Amino acid sequence: MRVALFATCLGDTMFPAAPKATVQVLERLGCEVEFPAAQTCCGQMHTNTGYRKQAKSSVRTFVDAFAGYDAVVAPSGSCVASVRHQHAMVADGDRKLGRAVAEVAPRVHELSEFLMDVLGVTDVGAYFPHRVTYHPTCHSARLLRVGDRPLRLLRAVRSLELVELPAAEQCCGFGGTFALKNPDVSVAMGADKARHVRETDAEVLCAGDNSCLMHIGGLLSRQRSGIRVMHLAEILASAEGADR
Amino acid sequence: MPAFPQAAKQELANSQLRHNLANATSTIRHKRAEVVGELDDWAQLREAGAAIKSHTLSNLDTYLERFEEAVTAAGGTVHWARDAAEANRIVVDLVRATGEREVVKVKSMATQEIELNEALQDAGIDAWETDLAELIVQLGHDTPSHILVPAIHRNRAEIREIFQQEMGKVGTPAPADLTDEPARLAEAARRHLREKFLRAKVAVSGANFAVAETGSLVVVESEGNGRMCLTLPETLISVVGIEKLVPRWQDLEVFLQLLPRSSTGERMNPYTSTWTGVTPGDGPQSFHVVLLDNGRTNALADEIGRQALRCIRCSACLNVCPVYERTGGHAYGSVYPGPIGAVLTPQLRGTTSEVDKALPYASSLCGACYDVCPVAINIPDLLVHLRTRVVEEHRGWQSKPMDALMSMASWVLGDSRRLAAAQKVASLSRRVIGRKGTIGRLPPPLSRWTDARDAPAPAEETFRTWWERNRGSDSR
Repeated sequence: MRVALFATCLGDTMFPAAPKATVQVLERLGCEVEFPAAQTCCGQMHTNTGYRKQAKSSVRTFVDAFAGYDAVVAPSGSCVASVRHQHAMVADGDRKLGRAVAEVAPRVHELSEFLMDVLGVTDVGAYFPHRVTYHPTCHSARLLRVGDRPLRLLRAVRSLELVELPAAEQCCGFGGTFALKNPDVSVAMGADKARHVRETDAEVLCAGDNSCLMHIGGLLSRQRSGIRVMHLAEILASAEGADR
Repeated sequence: MPAFPQAAKQELANSQLRHNLANATSTIRHKRAEVVGELDDWAQLREAGAAIKSHTLSNLDTYLERFEEAVTAAGGTVHWARDAAEANRIVVDLVRATGEREVVKVKSMATQEIELNEALQDAGIDAWETDLAELIVQLGHDTPSHILVPAIHRNRAEIREIFQQEMGKVGTPAPADLTDEPARLAEAARRHLREKFLRAKVAVSGANFAVAETGSLVVVESEGNGRMCLTLPETLISVVGIEKLVPRWQDLEVFLQLLPRSSTGERMNPYTSTWTGVTPGDGPQSFHVVLLDNGRTNALADEIGRQALRCIRCSACLNVCPVYERTGGHAYGSVYPGPIGAVLTPQLRGTTSEVDKALPYASSLCGACYDVCPVAINIPDLLVHLRTRVVEEHRGWQSKPMDALMSMASWVLGDSRRLAAAQKVASLSRRVIGRKGTIGRLPPPLSRWTDARDAPAPAEETFRTWWERNRGSDSR
């Protein structure tokens, strides 16, 4: 199967381990992965901050880069939700762009959705001998309704001990520019999330969005908790004797 | 009143408040989830609630006229108020016409919104709140911080203190040996209020619903204090927002299931009072409805924004909101706090003040509010819609740097070559700001992030570069 990877601007620039791991997992499962080089960003930062007109350039770039692919996969529930839910809003009034969005958006999948719904795989052949807890990010959970897909994928990882995160459904407080516009509330929410993570005694906090992990991980790091944050794709890409 | 980010900072520093709020909201959240889970047809009920409200709002002119006709036919009088000042003037004049100097009040958000108590006070008329939580707020010279549980920010010890210090100044004092047991506190409130119920000749209420076909008003409550006000006095004045209408009596079937389960987590609320005009020899003999616009037609004119008018004030969105849970209602600077306040208030009041401009940003867009809303108001989308309005109406407000940053980012992200060039600069900065992978404290405005959180350093090699180096031939 020919699959286009949407690395996301944050993944591409700050957290390349997640898109790399996504490529590894997909190739291991027999997919032919392409990286359309013209891609940039989903435009969510602009849309959600109220700069809808400025989001248009990203949306246009996105549909141009991914037109013609049967499937697009991204290691981010939030960016996929933005594509599927917000691109039509951004295109509002621009019929040509609206048609392109309607064409592309339904083919864009978040990683766990793609693995389980399209490829029909739960056990991706991973090995990760660590104690892991999982945070269901808001956009994965509420906008995409990925449900327990990530948990089922993690449970199938050999030697991985999955521990439940208390109050998992509560937002971590990242919220895009919310983290900068309301830093005190954002940190208060994140501090509670970090406390719950520490309570699990996990070695690794896992999620499907590097944006939320950047926020929670930034707090855990400042607190010198010793807990690592890892993207779901990175854990699924881990294999016994693998090079990473 | 400072805008939300500053006001929230102050509230966050109050650890007692955060403790009270976390306790109260988590309790009610769980109760709600349990009783909602009992109904197999909750999704359909929610859809029906949204549909009835949407239909009514689309035909509001028709239903308002029908309501006025029905009220008049039943012996009541309808008054129309464009704004708060007009509504207050109407109520003050009606009370004055009775010759009375005091009114008892049923808990009402509409009268909070127009600041009726203050207007009555200015006219020399005492307004006594009779809902227990509103009484606590009033005696404490405080303002409500929750739609349903106005004194949610207070604990039992604080309430005992307020009762002992304040009740005697305005009526029957609290017993000298008052403790902070709930039963003793309720008893003190009952004694204090009884005197007022038996004396008052005029009552002021709001309404949860107004039925167009019969001209009936509905109030749902837990304590029965509202019913005392609705039945004992000679004159009853109800201030009702025009969005409270439902077309038919039958529609109440839907809302009387949606409301109590969403708000108090009960299958049915303990008291449901309905009244229609006047009945000789039974209840108030003079009845007035003040239909209030006060910005509602502004919201109605906005095709996306109008869904906020479906709100039945259940407050489920407040109880699940992680932002509300940590800041409480006062930080919003709005009579309607929490997620619904953040979308309703800027539509009712406009977005000219600093407080109103900041309200659509007082959310992390986590979406928990939309999930629990019994009339399916898409609050997250509405917040984004209103943020767009704020940016477009007030270009330059978000500080010039924010506008400049967003325009620059839009330009960079519009083209992959420009993004790749920006990434090169970011990667180079790694040599200056840190090679360890994390960055500690940075100067303002970046300190907004790094005061409490480490920041990641840009990657040594972007994914794009890695891909070109390894699979260069595959990319197109």
